[in-house]
Amino acid sequence: MIVAATVLLVASAACFMTRAVLGPSLADRVVAIDGFVVTIVAVILVDSIRTGSPWFLGVAVVVAFVGFVGTTAAARFIERRGG
Amino acid sequence: MKTVAEVLALTGAVFALLAGIGVLRFRDVYARMHAATKATTLGVALVGLGAAIALDSGRSKALLGVVFIFITAPSAAHFVGRAAYRAEGIEIDLAARDDLATMLDERDALD
Repeated sequence: MIVAATVLLVASAACFMTRAVLGPSLADRVVAIDGFVVTIVAVILVDSIRTGSPWFLGVAVVVAFVGFVGTTAAARFIERRGG
Repeated sequence: MKTVAEVLALTGAVFALLAGIGVLRFRDVYARMHAATKATTLGVALVGLGAAIALDSGRSKALLGVVFIFITAPSAAHFVGRAAYRAEGIEIDLAARDDLATMLDERDALD
């Protein structure tokens, strides 16, 4: 069941990455990469369930934080540049 | 306990996949944001709850990640939505109505 969850998360990450490559506007790409980062956090949590060790949970928290800071910075950039 | 955690992780992964499909198939930035923000937040919350149930130590760290995403995801979506509206507006044939445009017009008329 854990393997199935990992496969679904990887498929979701592929969808987000496709939108980030295609995305007509810059805001589309930012939304897609934000969702991709959250999917990475979910993959780390699923992997910690699989191995039963808590060693990568700190990495999950830091990745979530970096994703939020990056999305906010990109949003301010879009707002200032206009498009 | 392990089985409960695995079912939660699988449900969360299904929500993440629905978010990915929504981002891939919806038509404009706002609809894509609607799919990406809410569904991934719920998905990662379910996966984190499963991790907190399954693990013997580090439960608080898994829940900390979930709470962090619950706080930051709405504000990040708000920033991106505001930036997208100010940068390129909204296509009126995809939206039913644009209340923000009339509000901004009224504010400009007052100035």
